[in-house]
Amino acid sequence: MSNTDFVLAIEDLTVSFDGFKAVDNLTMYIDKNELRVVIGPNGAGKTTVLDLICGKTKSTSGSIKFRNTELTKLSEHEIVRAGVGRKFQTPSIYENLSVYQNLEVSYPKGRGVWGSLFFKRSEEVISQVKKIADEIMLTDFLDMEAALLSHGQKQWLEIGMLLMQDPELLMLDEPVAGMSAKERDQTADLLNKICKNRSVIVIEHDMEFVKKIAHKVTVLHQGKILAEGAMDKVQADEKVIEVYLGH
Amino acid sequence: MNASLSKLVGGKQGAIGLALLAALIFVVLPLGVDIFRLNLVGKYLTYAFVAVSLVLLWGNGGILSLGQGIFFGLGGYGMAMFMKLEASDPITTKIQTTPGIPDFMDWNQITELPWFWHPFQSLPLTILAILVIPALFAYFIGFAMFKRRVGGVYFAIITQAIALILSILIIGQQGLTGGVNGITDLKTVLGWDTRTDSAKYVLYYLNGILLIGSILLSKYILNSKFGMLLLAMRDKEERVRFSGYDVSNFKIFIFCVAAMISAVGGAMFTLQVGFMSPSFVGIVPSIEMVIFCAVGGRMSLIGAVYGTLLVNYGKTVFSETYPELWLFLMGGLFIAVVMFFPNGLAGIYEKYAKKFKFLRKLSDTDPLALEPVKTADVIPANEIKEMGAKA
Amino acid sequence: MFGYSMADMGNIMVMQGFSGLSMFTVLLLMALGLAIIFGQMGVINMAHGEFMTIGAYTTVMLSKVAATYGFVNYYFLIAIVLAFILAFALGYFVEFIMIRHLYKRPLDTLLATWGLSLVMQQAFRSSFGAKEMSAELPEWMLGSFKPTPDIDIPINGVFVMVLALLVTAGVYIFMYRSRWGLRVRATVQNRVMAGAVGINTKKVDRVTFALGCGIAGVAGAAFTTIASTGPTTGTLYIVDSFMVVVFGGAASLMGTIASAFGIAQAQSILQFFMTSSMGKVTTLLVIVGILMMKPEGLFASKLRK
Repeated sequence: MSNTDFVLAIEDLTVSFDGFKAVDNLTMYIDKNELRVVIGPNGAGKTTVLDLICGKTKSTSGSIKFRNTELTKLSEHEIVRAGVGRKFQTPSIYENLSVYQNLEVSYPKGRGVWGSLFFKRSEEVISQVKKIADEIMLTDFLDMEAALLSHGQKQWLEIGMLLMQDPELLMLDEPVAGMSAKERDQTADLLNKICKNRSVIVIEHDMEFVKKIAHKVTVLHQGKILAEGAMDKVQADEKVIEVYLGH
Repeated sequence: MNASLSKLVGGKQGAIGLALLAALIFVVLPLGVDIFRLNLVGKYLTYAFVAVSLVLLWGNGGILSLGQGIFFGLGGYGMAMFMKLEASDPITTKIQTTPGIPDFMDWNQITELPWFWHPFQSLPLTILAILVIPALFAYFIGFAMFKRRVGGVYFAIITQAIALILSILIIGQQGLTGGVNGITDLKTVLGWDTRTDSAKYVLYYLNGILLIGSILLSKYILNSKFGMLLLAMRDKEERVRFSGYDVSNFKIFIFCVAAMISAVGGAMFTLQVGFMSPSFVGIVPSIEMVIFCAVGGRMSLIGAVYGTLLVNYGKTVFSETYPELWLFLMGGLFIAVVMFFPNGLAGIYEKYAKKFKFLRKLSDTDPLALEPVKTADVIPANEIKEMGAKA
Repeated sequence: MFGYSMADMGNIMVMQGFSGLSMFTVLLLMALGLAIIFGQMGVINMAHGEFMTIGAYTTVMLSKVAATYGFVNYYFLIAIVLAFILAFALGYFVEFIMIRHLYKRPLDTLLATWGLSLVMQQAFRSSFGAKEMSAELPEWMLGSFKPTPDIDIPINGVFVMVLALLVTAGVYIFMYRSRWGLRVRATVQNRVMAGAVGINTKKVDRVTFALGCGIAGVAGAAFTTIASTGPTTGTLYIVDSFMVVVFGGAASLMGTIASAFGIAQAQSILQFFMTSSMGKVTTLLVIVGILMMKPEGLFASKLRK
């Protein structure tokens, strides 16, 4: 199977920590503009897969091709510049900076030492920040210190920071953890909107939320794919039911 | 005031603080004290270069270097070597076994000028060396450490070890460096006598100008996107890396800038005081300079200068009258600053100046780090109204 | 090589080796104490050298008392115990009033403990004067024995080495075979859980820090057999001790031992062939160079990512 059509092609990916295989010969393909949700019981290796893609963890063997670029050879910031954005499980934003500054810092220009020294806040930058702030529903909070935002708003801010980078592949680790029901609805709308021009991988546990957004679902268990397909097909799969409900 | 000037001095607040400092250095002190004491102040102000460099490196970058003495010394020795060579012309030294080389080399039975002394016969090369060699050194150390993600405590200990290595090397190689006594008897620069009163005034003002210049350069850096990233890296290095920045390059850069600023201070020290010795290179002076920065306020460029002046003044006053008491005080000061006043004098000032509105304008401490940012500092006010209107 | 015959070289190596052993011993004891504090707790104690000096001064003072009352041959073992107790007690106190507030801020701990070291050095100066003092060593420690006519092995060096080995064994047993050691390791690895199962983590921290200081005190007692003691004696060993700990991989006791041995020997042997300062510089340069290439130290265990 040629992998030039896929945005992300993971093949035979394995990572072993002193013999324990957190991810075991995983093969997975993500299409353009697809929103894939990855679910699975705790310890299945979901976060580890994201760590491997974005370079936080080095794989033991296997390949990860992003638009035909081999990611396993690149460093973390190179992977980001190639067009992969990662949101962490606990909101990782710059608490001491304002919402505006958080977004501006993520603008993909002036990333080198000299570029950042001479970076000019042009009209383009300001309008881009305003546009993204609008998408993540934080326009009224631009001058607020990020530490003062609610938990849900911090999650949106982090998503916004990633959107500023305009990545082709966006990876979100439990984006609605800790959110109210209304916030979850808003986030579902947001995610459905943003995958119009990019691919998104989401790790989640909330099945209601997953149903609202998923095009396709992948179930991981003990580092391997247990089942893959549309949400209702996967939910009806016997193996999945057994793993979730226990023996 | 227009945008770039504003960026340079840090807004209206910063400008007033800087102006006050400049007034102190250029007007008040020269008028208030005699030339002998002014020369002392000049000496303290050379230490302030290092304190300022630490505000960049440590306060904002979160990188504690316990070896800034290395760079202070490299700059100082560079200038000393130039002046020593000038003072060791063949005519003045004709009584030596080998005329034309520095006296300490003669005493150590060295018969020809070592290769690395030759460039220092020229002033332009010396000035170049003072700026470039410390920066290269810092680049090398920074590259080896930061690319491997060595930071924090390990980095501090290794810089301390390097400072020790350098000071032992200098002391041990008496013939090449003047040993534990250092390079002394420095008199002239291109024929101009640096020991006269008028020369001391000139050097004092030159020192002041270079110090203010370093502060302006630092302010520019801190107020740019680079400065914002520096703070972000200090608090959340991983996040910055995952936003697409090569963190190590930023750290290496700021380490080199800090090295260069410290080196300029060292060179000015040699010019004003007339000698340079390994006692300004090793572990103890390096840590003392950290204390100057900490007392003044590790986030405040101007505070660092005041901190340096204050602590050194205290040292001079106390160590003459109550030498025992002074060392207790100094140790106690370290502990007190770290435990109770982590933002130093500038932090105390910020806290209490809140009560007096007009005083607030004088502070220059980076508002990003001490308290919530008011976007008014960052975006022109009319823009915000616009944004609010469109919401 | 260097104008010495092979036999000469052998003898020199052995003698330098043994003189290196005395240095190794003090360095090892210092590094052990530091490894416990830094390696296990992540706390930087820049005053560690001054805790050693406390032990040294205790020994010196006790030796003077012993000389006056005539029990010079017996006092040394008492001195070692006393040195440990005093250093331990002071360490306990220091942890309580200062260190425990700074656990989350390692760089600040470094600066605060440097301040402490200044205060302690001045306290020594004010109490004992600035001049260096020597301990009156018991007779059985003086002199040397000669296995061959060309090799001279000082007895005090051997004694001190045996002492160090005993202390090391003691530390090992404490950390890995005793209940208290288990508590320490549990607290270090997972503080929250350790607290949840009823371990008084604050007390554990205090005892651990004090233990590290106590061992430094013993190092001080050992030190008096090699050289004289002054207010700034502590500063002689502090950088070397840190280098040993960092080089050996801060969390590994075996690494600390091997690293102390290597560094002390390298310095001692090099100092014979080069000047004293060049020997020290070369050793330090090599260590820093290796650390730049392998920052975790030579013996660090591989952690899970």
